[in-house]
Amino acid sequence: MAASVVTITSGKGGVGKTTTTANLAVALAEEGQKVVCIDGDIGLRNLDVVLGLENRIVYDLVDVVENRCRIRQAMIRDKRLEELYLIPAAQTRDKSAVSPSDMIRVCDELRSEVDWILIDSPAGIERGFRNTIAPADMILVITNPEVSAVRDADRIIGLVEAEEKGPVKLIINRVNPGLTKRGDMLTPDDVVELLAIELIGIIPDDENVVISTNRGQPVALDPKSRSGQAFKNIAKRIKGETVPFMAIDEKGDFLSKMAGLFKQGGD
Amino acid sequence: MAAWGKSNRQSADEAKERLKLVLIHDRTDLSQEELSIMKNELLAVISRHVEIDPDAVRISMKQEGREQKLTADIPLKTSQRRRIG
Repeated sequence: MAASVVTITSGKGGVGKTTTTANLAVALAEEGQKVVCIDGDIGLRNLDVVLGLENRIVYDLVDVVENRCRIRQAMIRDKRLEELYLIPAAQTRDKSAVSPSDMIRVCDELRSEVDWILIDSPAGIERGFRNTIAPADMILVITNPEVSAVRDADRIIGLVEAEEKGPVKLIINRVNPGLTKRGDMLTPDDVVELLAIELIGIIPDDENVVISTNRGQPVALDPKSRSGQAFKNIAKRIKGETVPFMAIDEKGDFLSKMAGLFKQGGD
Repeated sequence: MAAWGKSNRQSADEAKERLKLVLIHDRTDLSQEELSIMKNELLAVISRHVEIDPDAVRISMKQEGREQKLTADIPLKTSQRRRIG
């Protein structure tokens, strides 16, 4: 049972890395997978609040790295699901507290215990980013269909390629079907053409995400939410299953489970 | 303003065209100006060996997947078409 390490990164801040990490973790755990997610954003931790586990932090990643606790002591078990754990970031330190080799060591220790290790990368291209890609078997780049996010995603992809790490796959988050239909938002096809990497997910902009973070209940737990469905589809694709992308209908709403508009059927 | 009428439909197209240029320049670390200088130097070198029509020259940067390519379309003047004397 050797785990796959998946790092979720983006370059630009605020595009949905933490939300995606939390929801992919939940979606995988709902499928019976054993998942640990690690918050790599030392000093600006947020994976804990998005998961609603902020009151249960005793030890964090830096405590593990500095040998103040065993790794199991830092793993917070999510009581909503069978086998979902969080190793939170430290809040009163910064990225220099952890090194790329520390991250590799922590992941190596976890590999035989779980199916998936998901690492939430901080924004930027400095130490925090380098820490989180060091142990990765797969890297997911999150972007939004807008100019700054796509530009930063390209830079990140270039850095990952330069380090000869991969494979790198793309998630386009916060797609607004109405704006897209009106020609005022880049289409997923546009973004894929510009970035030229394999697409693994499209997530619609969804008010439920704000509500879910308010409550600490990730959207993937809500069977009625469109974004939740998108995260579940991505989780399946990560596992190697083929799932058609959700499409936009004439009215500009998302329909689930139909291939249609987006030609990237590269599941 | 006229700008808001038709251009609303194309703001995504405008974004795409701008990004194409921005990404090429980000990736190759070549500014528009440096590219311009490079083009002129290219033409000068080629002119030393064959006669070309500078006005018919097209040099551009294109993206192919994750690769960047510099493409040059340079019509040559063949010796039969040169004027004698």
